[in-house]
Amino acid sequence: MSTLENQTQVVRAERNDGALSQPRLEAERTAAFAHRAKPEYSPAIHAPDARGITFSQAIREAIAEEMARDERVFVIGEDVAEAGSVFKVLVGLVDEFGAERVIDSPISEAGIAGLGVGAAITGMRPIVDIMFGDFTTLVMDQLINQAAKTHYMSGGKLKVPMVLRTTLGASRRSAAQHSQSLHALFSHIPGLKVAVPATPYDAKGLMKSAIRDENPVVIFEDKMLYQQKGPVPEEEYTLPFGRADVKRTGDDITIVATSSMVYVALEAADQLAAAGISAEVIDPRTTTPLDVETFVQSAQKTSRALVVDEGYQQYGVTGEIAAVIADGAFYYLDAPVKRIGAMNVPVPFSPVLEDLTIPTAAYVVETAKALVSGQ
Amino acid sequence: MSETNAPNFSDDELDTEHWLHIYEQMVKIRTFEEAANELYTSAKMPGIAHLYIGEEAIAVGICEALRQDDYITSTHRGHGHCLAKGAALDRMFAELLGKEAGYCRGKGGSMHIADQETGNLGANAIVGGSAGIATGAALSVKMQGADQVAVCFFGDGALGQGLLYESMNMAQLWKLPVIYVCENNQYGEYTHHSETTAGSLVGRATGFGVHALAIDGQDIRAVHHTARLVVDRARKGGGPAFLVCNTYRFRGHHVGDIDRPYRSREEEAEWARRDPLTLLEDWLVKSKQTEAQVFQRIQRDVQTAVEAAVAFALDAPYPSESEVERHVYA
Repeated sequence: MSTLENQTQVVRAERNDGALSQPRLEAERTAAFAHRAKPEYSPAIHAPDARGITFSQAIREAIAEEMARDERVFVIGEDVAEAGSVFKVLVGLVDEFGAERVIDSPISEAGIAGLGVGAAITGMRPIVDIMFGDFTTLVMDQLINQAAKTHYMSGGKLKVPMVLRTTLGASRRSAAQHSQSLHALFSHIPGLKVAVPATPYDAKGLMKSAIRDENPVVIFEDKMLYQQKGPVPEEEYTLPFGRADVKRTGDDITIVATSSMVYVALEAADQLAAAGISAEVIDPRTTTPLDVETFVQSAQKTSRALVVDEGYQQYGVTGEIAAVIADGAFYYLDAPVKRIGAMNVPVPFSPVLEDLTIPTAAYVVETAKALVSGQ
Repeated sequence: MSETNAPNFSDDELDTEHWLHIYEQMVKIRTFEEAANELYTSAKMPGIAHLYIGEEAIAVGICEALRQDDYITSTHRGHGHCLAKGAALDRMFAELLGKEAGYCRGKGGSMHIADQETGNLGANAIVGGSAGIATGAALSVKMQGADQVAVCFFGDGALGQGLLYESMNMAQLWKLPVIYVCENNQYGEYTHHSETTAGSLVGRATGFGVHALAIDGQDIRAVHHTARLVVDRARKGGGPAFLVCNTYRFRGHHVGDIDRPYRSREEEAEWARRDPLTLLEDWLVKSKQTEAQVFQRIQRDVQTAVEAAVAFALDAPYPSESEVERHVYA
């Protein structure tokens, strides 16, 4: 085990001592949720005067608005209609648009992804709902060999305007096959676009853009964020892919964080501020395409960079982002670019163990302090 | 050939002209494939190709039952499907040679020819990989209130792929207008299907309640009549069908597979006696619809067209280097 991994374990164990004294499952869930999404660590507010809705409502609104706007848009997936999806994100959608456009499918992930590709090529705009991100492994061929390559292999003649929405994120005590953050797998593939929204505002804007995109898009929603509230304008808006969002400005260190790790980074930034360190928190919002320019400019300004993502650290999103920062800001950097991903282990069930695997604000603070102090 | 249960059909409804057009389409595929083989052996074609020789009756019999706006998905052994659905010889050869004039600007090659103008949603080099796409096209048709039919071509090897069964289940649940055409050419690459495929082939579809038939894939009349029936049924909302077309790959798995140690020369000779082109010729002559000279004229005309198409493709320019990053995203 490397020194860094040792440090990771020690710091994470310290951070999670509290979980040991809270044996009750519900209490653990609440605690886990709280440490992931504390409202006081809110990102820079877009549309501050807008009404507050949850991440879940934002996703639903985006889909409903696009279905009303374009009759080619439809949803297909397991338990999406009557049940309104397993996380209740789509409740009521079938009443609004009918069972022909909100289609309950068999438990056939590869099949529904394949149907989505075929429907997209022939004039529809399917939203394929894959309940858990872990189940996207079942649609690999349809996404990677079919959806991602159809436009290129056909010399630009065929298009696959399809959205695949799924989840990421641990800490629901759901064990190794319901907890992974697999967005890096798809971010690796030319021809696919990948979004990892962190706020209700970003979720709605990116979902609407994804549905209107002419390409296959995979959207990963952190299941721990569904109840997170934030301001979302009632007026029509979309957000561009490949445009990062500065969630907090700062001068001493750049922290690039994705999805729910944005909240971890913001919590860390608050703690760092108390210690006199000014952190800039940047949310890429999409991992493919990647807004390299914004990371590099920030790192050139702060001279230090740290990347936080809930995917496995090895060969992960953190590696790619750290590499582009190192490449673009090398002569401005005062320290190596550091990265913090999930531990390179299957996500364990036991709360005590699971909490060790996820990046925490405490560990981000420790790492940032070490970078700034030159240790 | 185990299961065959083609419906009874009457030849009265199709005239000689129609059958001669069908013959010409089969000759076109045969001649195209022989020229592709020649391009490979003379080192003029990059990569490899999987020849359709011996199976022509299936692509032509099915596609002649389709409209231009009906959809097909094809396979790695797909030249026959593309041509039968209406692809032009010159742009086909250009694609095989990686030229910009090809159907996919040279970026797809032999295994990925797509042509939306003729309803070809693309040949697929993942075995069984297009089962979902064809079924999704049929879902699209139904949602749009249109009346096209989608045909999914695949080989016996695809019977080992789970996606096919997931797709068939949904097609039957939702009565989608899709025809699954299993070209059982006896071998998945180098292994006989009996070593890889348990139980009944048609039973795989009847288990889902899908209308399923096994037919003689060498007999263009059986294929075409059956295709007309199931396509018409699907177009009218009768739901999916599954056809097992028993056939034989006259050549190897691909152009470089010339020794074929996995099967006997006797077996090949046995099947060669059931060449789909010869069977149609014999029937047309015996039923006194035409004379043998007509076939020679058609073969000559097709040969001339194929030679011109090859010359076009050989002369055509390669894509410019700027093409490499185009079309990653729409």
